[in-house]
Amino acid sequence: MNFQRQKIALETIVRKEVGRFTRIWAQTLLPPLINQSLYFIIFGGFIGSQISEIKGISYMSYIIPGLIMMGIISNSFANVVSSFFSSKFMHNVEEMIVASVSNEVILLGYTFGGMLRGLLVGLLILGMSLFFVPFTIAHPLYFVAFAVLTALLFALAGFLNALFAKKFDDISIFQTFILTPLTYFGGVFYSIDHLPPFWQTISKFNPILYMVDGFRYGFYGINDLNPAFGLLFLLLCCIVLTLLNLHMMKKGYGLKT
Amino acid sequence: MHAIEIHQLRKTYATGVEALKGVDLTVESGDFYALLGANGAGKTTLLGTLVGLVNRSSGSEKVFGKEVLDYPEETKHSIGLVPQEFNFNIFEKVENIVVTQAGYYGVPRKQALARTEKLLKDLELWDKRNSTAMHLSGGMKRRLLIARALVHNPRLLILDEPTAGVDVELRHSMWAYLRELNKQGTTILLTTHNLEEAEQLCKKVAIIQNGQIIKQGSMRSLLQEMSESIYQVTFKQKPEKLKLKGFKAEATEDPHSWNVAVGQEQTLSALFEAVKAEDLTIVELNTKGNRLEQLYLNLLDS
Repeated sequence: MNFQRQKIALETIVRKEVGRFTRIWAQTLLPPLINQSLYFIIFGGFIGSQISEIKGISYMSYIIPGLIMMGIISNSFANVVSSFFSSKFMHNVEEMIVASVSNEVILLGYTFGGMLRGLLVGLLILGMSLFFVPFTIAHPLYFVAFAVLTALLFALAGFLNALFAKKFDDISIFQTFILTPLTYFGGVFYSIDHLPPFWQTISKFNPILYMVDGFRYGFYGINDLNPAFGLLFLLLCCIVLTLLNLHMMKKGYGLKT
Repeated sequence: MHAIEIHQLRKTYATGVEALKGVDLTVESGDFYALLGANGAGKTTLLGTLVGLVNRSSGSEKVFGKEVLDYPEETKHSIGLVPQEFNFNIFEKVENIVVTQAGYYGVPRKQALARTEKLLKDLELWDKRNSTAMHLSGGMKRRLLIARALVHNPRLLILDEPTAGVDVELRHSMWAYLRELNKQGTTILLTTHNLEEAEQLCKKVAIIQNGQIIKQGSMRSLLQEMSESIYQVTFKQKPEKLKLKGFKAEATEDPHSWNVAVGQEQTLSALFEAVKAEDLTIVELNTKGNRLEQLYLNLLDS
């Protein structure tokens, strides 16, 4: 493998991806900001003022990490799945296949593009939340690690979804029927300590709960679950998805006939 | 040196369709080679296996001496592909499409920008560099595909029906461009339905039918295999019957015109003499159809 060539190819994919989501910022960056600000106003402001503190912090403050995480998850996933599937649909993915771009570089390039969008949206929501409530970050390393690994995981998941997708419906099914419910039940708006024991146990099978809870630990130092376990779990999921994507690409699934 | 060496190449799709049934094909470095065949004959599948778009079932393929599966990066880097369908991002600007493709091949950005400018100027697309691809005409899109395929300076250019839907003037300018490219040393493999195009441009030809090469060789030797050529002869007079000594003649719907078969051993001078002997005057003489087309149809019939 010619390292220099692959490096340039990687830069090209990332430049193309960043160029794409910044060019259509009104479709990619603005909507999550509007959505999350509505959550802040309605749940945090109107309803939250009537809810008592959770683990020593106001409800408005409590939901901030979860809302940022929602933005990171949905945008890193959506960026990769829509961009890569569109490339498949319009056949311009062939531009990369006929060139000497390795599978690893294609995966890395799209994943990196998705992560950048997810993290940029997260950063924008973080900045916007300062208008609603001031905060300090208790554990910056956990804060960064959970944000980056979550963006990576969902960018990888978006790529896998795009590989399998055969029509545009296939790229919305996962988001609508799996990702969105898991995110809402992932402890964004509540602590699982408030749930009956049965639902607490069920909730622990939801991977998004570990991300939201770990990220909240990075923010405020409060948690329902072990954040180190959460990080390890995230890392393991990223490795599994990377290997699965590369295996599917090597077989040519969804890319070659 | 061989630019392409294909041996016993087979491809069976998951649907059970056997697209290639043991293809053997050799293209020498510097050749301008035509691969002819009807729709569904296996041309695009064959090209797809060379550039990694189609997984072959068995056989071997070498590009400039290297097996494509063992050295995918090197072999792909030496190939430029002009596909049959427009497969660029139609929402992208013309210049970006070419520069991005150069990046995929690992060409540094500064160099990519310079090469793109030259190619777009050569192919008369420079004025359209900031237009999105969706706003180009069909002919411009074809030229954009050529620019994109050449941006990494490939040694082998593969063109899959490059002039489909292109008007006559543009077709001729594309032919001139490809001839010049070949003269400069680029090996060209061309698939086309336009047999005149193949006869005009290519030194060698292979004909593929039902996934098998049924004929290959130099254009000249293949054309020499034809037993006769048919000429449409238009006379000043309206001969009701035509008896030309040594030639077979057949009336057409136009009372002035007759189709005359000239055998491989016969000459046009002999035909003129036979016409003169009948006291007739020729006002127009045309080949009836393209010679390669006749050969192609004969082969498919047989």
